[in-house]
Amino acid sequence: MDKNYTKITDDLVAPVERNSTMWWVATLLTGAGAAFFVFCLGWTVWFGIGTWGLNKTIGWAWDITNFVWWIGIGHAGTLISAILLLFRQRYRTGINRAAEAMTIFAVICAGMFPIFHMGRVWDAGFIFPLPNTRGPLWVNFNSPLLWDVFAISTYFSVSLLFWYSGLMPDFGTVRDRAKGKWRKYIYNLLSFGWQGSAKQWQRFESLSLVLAGLSTPLVLSVHTIVSFDFATSVIPGWHTTIFPPYFVAGAIFSGFAMVETLMLISRKLFNLEDYITINHIESMNKIIVLTGSIVGIAYLTELFIAWYSGFLYEQFAFYNRILGKYLWAYYIMMGCNVLSPQFYWIKSLRRNLYVTFILSIFVNIGMWFERFVIIVTSLADDYLPSSWAYFSPTWVDIGIYTGSISVFLFLFLLFSRFFPTIAIAEVKAIFRISSEVAKAERAKKENAAHGGFVGLQAVGPLDKDSKGN
Amino acid sequence: MSATPNKFVVGLWDHEEVYLHAIEHIRAKGIEIYDSLTPFPVHGLEDALGYKESRLHTAGFFFGATGTTLALTFMTWVMTTNYPINFGGKPYWPLPSFIPITFELTVLFSAWGMTLTYLVRNKLWPGRVPRIYDKRTTDDRLALVFDAEKLTDAQITEIKGICTKEGAVEVKDKVFTEGE
Repeated sequence: MDKNYTKITDDLVAPVERNSTMWWVATLLTGAGAAFFVFCLGWTVWFGIGTWGLNKTIGWAWDITNFVWWIGIGHAGTLISAILLLFRQRYRTGINRAAEAMTIFAVICAGMFPIFHMGRVWDAGFIFPLPNTRGPLWVNFNSPLLWDVFAISTYFSVSLLFWYSGLMPDFGTVRDRAKGKWRKYIYNLLSFGWQGSAKQWQRFESLSLVLAGLSTPLVLSVHTIVSFDFATSVIPGWHTTIFPPYFVAGAIFSGFAMVETLMLISRKLFNLEDYITINHIESMNKIIVLTGSIVGIAYLTELFIAWYSGFLYEQFAFYNRILGKYLWAYYIMMGCNVLSPQFYWIKSLRRNLYVTFILSIFVNIGMWFERFVIIVTSLADDYLPSSWAYFSPTWVDIGIYTGSISVFLFLFLLFSRFFPTIAIAEVKAIFRISSEVAKAERAKKENAAHGGFVGLQAVGPLDKDSKGN
Repeated sequence: MSATPNKFVVGLWDHEEVYLHAIEHIRAKGIEIYDSLTPFPVHGLEDALGYKESRLHTAGFFFGATGTTLALTFMTWVMTTNYPINFGGKPYWPLPSFIPITFELTVLFSAWGMTLTYLVRNKLWPGRVPRIYDKRTTDDRLALVFDAEKLTDAQITEIKGICTKEGAVEVKDKVFTEGE
């Protein structure tokens, strides 16, 4: 890579400074989809939840499936940013900013489903323990649904802080390159007046490290608590102690798949091939095969325990998944989540962009079906055969779901056009120690100009475990 | 804002290791560095400038502890005093049930408290107009800023000479007009 700091700035700010027809077309299309989402939600509020395909038996279906699916997708951002920062995995710098943005947009999409499922959205504020005039009337702190409210809102706001605090220096860079007065004004506003003084950077690093430290248990807690929504109930198929780790692994799995889907498109669209490399993709594929296999083991463990428990209702719930009226959903889930990632044991497939793109879509589909299988099949055939039912989505269900994908893509497109999608300052910070050309150039230049001066730190073989990353 | 100086000498470097070395040499000569601006966090810069460790994480701890205390006290007050309700025979003070929310509020308070402290201490807020000594300090130049109002002409010439000798690619004067 023949790069220097100015080249990095040029490359990474370019998408923000360039106008593209492709972007306009994509944004208008997804914008129309987002408008349809708003329309379907309006329809739901106006005519009631009866416009969805729910019935007395299946009171939770696509809405909660979509909620859990989106929350899962939202896990990769914080995972990449926080956990990989703590483990000092340098490959994160190419993808962390966009993945964090995805987290935020995915959580926005996720939040819509439970809020609108409540029916009277205007009373949604009462999910929080707010002082009120209805005598002493408080929420139930024993309820996992309430824990979920706290978990999701904390997760959203902390992810937002983490993302935005990282963006400020890069907004400063965009501001200082801006030509027009308004552009300069707006990016200065966004950068909070960032200067880049040593003291600012020192506090910046302290903040990012602690936020990463806080986000790591947070990200694990969020999906654990989401799984409690099911695990603490007494529905066979939900009442399972394996749920927390199984949900967390599934969330990472689906999150990484969605990051891949989007990053493969944007690296092509914005010419970022030098920054999001095949090595990045391969590292992510390794995580996908790991978490996909964990999810596979969890499926098999559930089946085994259902059989081994000797508990009739538990056994029925699982036999019913495999052989019942929703068997098609079960096999889509198994095929997409358990079988498809196994291709990644082969190195050439792990490094193949087309294979990665197709499999990432498969995983997204598979993980949606996982939630559908867990939620709908467990409810559909309950203890009382006369109440057994089948769920079919209405156009409103479909509109809200596909609309939420449009909202997500629409927000992502806005982000990628106006915000630097790759953390510019972070890429520069690792540039000297990670670029081979830069290393050679440094040695040569320093020997010539400073008589063998090699800097303050010992310059050894600068592999990924060396100091100073 | 008469207290803020308006005349500066700005040295610009293009290589962080040369820059760090220059800072050590300049400080060893007893020259006061007014500010130091870099486009990215430079490893070891705060040591070279002799900065103390940031106490931000300590603040984070206390904000977090506030969240923990608040969550536990509030839930205890609601469930035992203000609104005691029998939920299916469960205890009125179900401590295990409090753990998730206590954890979330600890993280929430710590993160928000720290970020707000960070913004206040770093003097960052929307609409702040920063002093830009050189536009390239957010691109590819590492700058050292010296307060020229405290220096005599001879000292200024000396500092410029030292900067050039220490590998600065450019040394210039920067004057801000009052109120800028």
